[in-house]
Amino acid sequence: MNPRTSMMQGNIAVAEGAIAAGCRFFAGYPITPSTEIAEHLARSLPLLGGRFMQMEDEIAAMGAVIGASLGGMKSMTATSGPGFSLKQENIGYASITETPVVIVNVMRGGPSTGIPTLPSQGDVMQARWGTHGDHPIIVLTPAGVREAFDMTVQAFNFSERFRVPVILLLDEIIGHVHEKVTLPDPEDLVVIDRKKPTVPPEEYLPFEIDETMVPAMANFGEGYRYHVTGLVHDQTGFPTMDEVKIEMMLNRLHGKLDKYADEIIQVEETGTEDAEIGIICYGSSARSARQAMRELRDEGIPVGMLRIKTMWPFPTDRIRAFADRVSHLVVPELNLGQIAHEVEHASCDRAEVVRVNRITGDPIHPEEIVQKIKECR
Amino acid sequence: MDYQKYLRNENFPHIWCSGCGAGIALKAILRAIDDLGIEQDDVAMVSGIGCSSRTTGYVDFNTIHTTHGRPLTFATGLKMARPDMTVLVVTGDGDATAIGGNHLIHAARRNIDMTVILYNNNIYGMTGGQASPTTPLGDIGTTAPFGAVENTFDISGLVIAAGAAYVARCTAFHAKLLDDLIRKGIEKKGFSLIEVMAPCPTAYGKLNKKGSGAKMILDQKDAAVRIAKAEKMTAEELEEKIVIGVLVDRDIPEYIQSCDAAVAQAMNARNGSA
Repeated sequence: MNPRTSMMQGNIAVAEGAIAAGCRFFAGYPITPSTEIAEHLARSLPLLGGRFMQMEDEIAAMGAVIGASLGGMKSMTATSGPGFSLKQENIGYASITETPVVIVNVMRGGPSTGIPTLPSQGDVMQARWGTHGDHPIIVLTPAGVREAFDMTVQAFNFSERFRVPVILLLDEIIGHVHEKVTLPDPEDLVVIDRKKPTVPPEEYLPFEIDETMVPAMANFGEGYRYHVTGLVHDQTGFPTMDEVKIEMMLNRLHGKLDKYADEIIQVEETGTEDAEIGIICYGSSARSARQAMRELRDEGIPVGMLRIKTMWPFPTDRIRAFADRVSHLVVPELNLGQIAHEVEHASCDRAEVVRVNRITGDPIHPEEIVQKIKECR
Repeated sequence: MDYQKYLRNENFPHIWCSGCGAGIALKAILRAIDDLGIEQDDVAMVSGIGCSSRTTGYVDFNTIHTTHGRPLTFATGLKMARPDMTVLVVTGDGDATAIGGNHLIHAARRNIDMTVILYNNNIYGMTGGQASPTTPLGDIGTTAPFGAVENTFDISGLVIAAGAAYVARCTAFHAKLLDDLIRKGIEKKGFSLIEVMAPCPTAYGKLNKKGSGAKMILDQKDAAVRIAKAEKMTAEELEEKIVIGVLVDRDIPEYIQSCDAAVAQAMNARNGSA
């Protein structure tokens, strides 16, 4: 058997993906159902020359990963809903200072302390809009253990390449499910590191506006002394109140993700070519949807499925194109329709959006989706 | 010494009011760094939010102006990534002991190697004079119009109790002593904190009729008692006094060194058993 093949839990795959991507600093706080990520990295990182810290709270963990990233270490934190709420302040800081960090949120039932041990997809909107003010963010959402590994690597690559905090959204099922996986050979992995300045320190503009839209990033201690602030700043990194400079900076901050949208936005389409009815799904709900689609296809009902891999920026165009070809878009999710609302916006009445929701901690069963689709016909 | 070398002159004039203690503390920090001969590239200064925390914008080091109350968390991550760097944290009474209180006690408990210079001006100055955890009982803040009714934090006492290796207090008047205290704090391996009593004539002083900045500094001079003398005084005699000097200086394990030692031990055990 391939030595890289094993039975692995989703949370462990995230931790292994982080290591493979070059993450060498983790700061966190214990919280169900994400704790295995911290525990695994507590054991692994120090032996690889990395560092692990259990912080006094979730806010501190978020601050620490930003500090470590500025020091040149690829950094990650992991949490669940209540902790994710606490991290929002500094997620905004990472966003405006363009500090690469990865934040894992293994979603559990909410609101508040909610249902700590049971799955939910209730944080998909918080992942987009949890911190205050307009801000760029990338959110990825895996639907299996191998994909949890791959997407963690990708989360680091995106965060380093585009200098943006990347949120990896798992639900408790994906975090805790065990699957047989064969991890890729480390040599076959694409690992991207932040772009370094090529100019001497006296010419370095830490937040330079150029055609790449992503400024080169010097690590602290490398001779490029610069200022990092959560205040709106100009290309020099110092705060500004100049309207023109504010606009230039914010346009670049938001524009950089628009510029690379085709690379960032990823979906998986199955059976969408001949589909008459579509399913839009993500995370563990996609696993139920896949089974439902199989059963319906066996009965001769042409159903297609678009699985969201990049949640934010939202794959509006891909969903709109799918909506053009089907009568209905069925959206199963473990919340009260947070993404269905976005799908409605994308569909623009091209297809009728039908919701399948559950917030009791139970997964959505394939039969529920089958039933709903049959009702559509 | 050449202060200009350490300043980002393009960012001046600074925002501090005349009579504020922040500029005095800043110059003491620069003298300490200069005296120790630490390269600017090897110094990181991290601050939070408030008047004190604007310091990072004016100094030519690697600087992070973070979120309110959180500078110690960023500084902790940075120090973990770059243990070779000298990490300074500049913060204030509101930043460090109200919104950031939890981080302060845990950074001290961990005894991670960094030096905190905390400007204690007994008020939230930048937002216009709201009561802070160090506004004396009965004194006025805009959010304590009838006088502060909450007990105050003894910041140095808090940090000593939490486990820091080095804690000192000074006033803005005792600038030469301040150089020395900061220098010792930087040299100390472990968590060190220097509490600087800094007058705020604009907010705290005005609300409480304390007179000009110059008068407030002179009042601090009169209230100050050196630690050696204070140790021979009674609690009653020390009321309204500011005890200055090195309050604690102890050799206790530093956090990153302890981490490295634990990992080295684990690896040795593994190699031994293999």
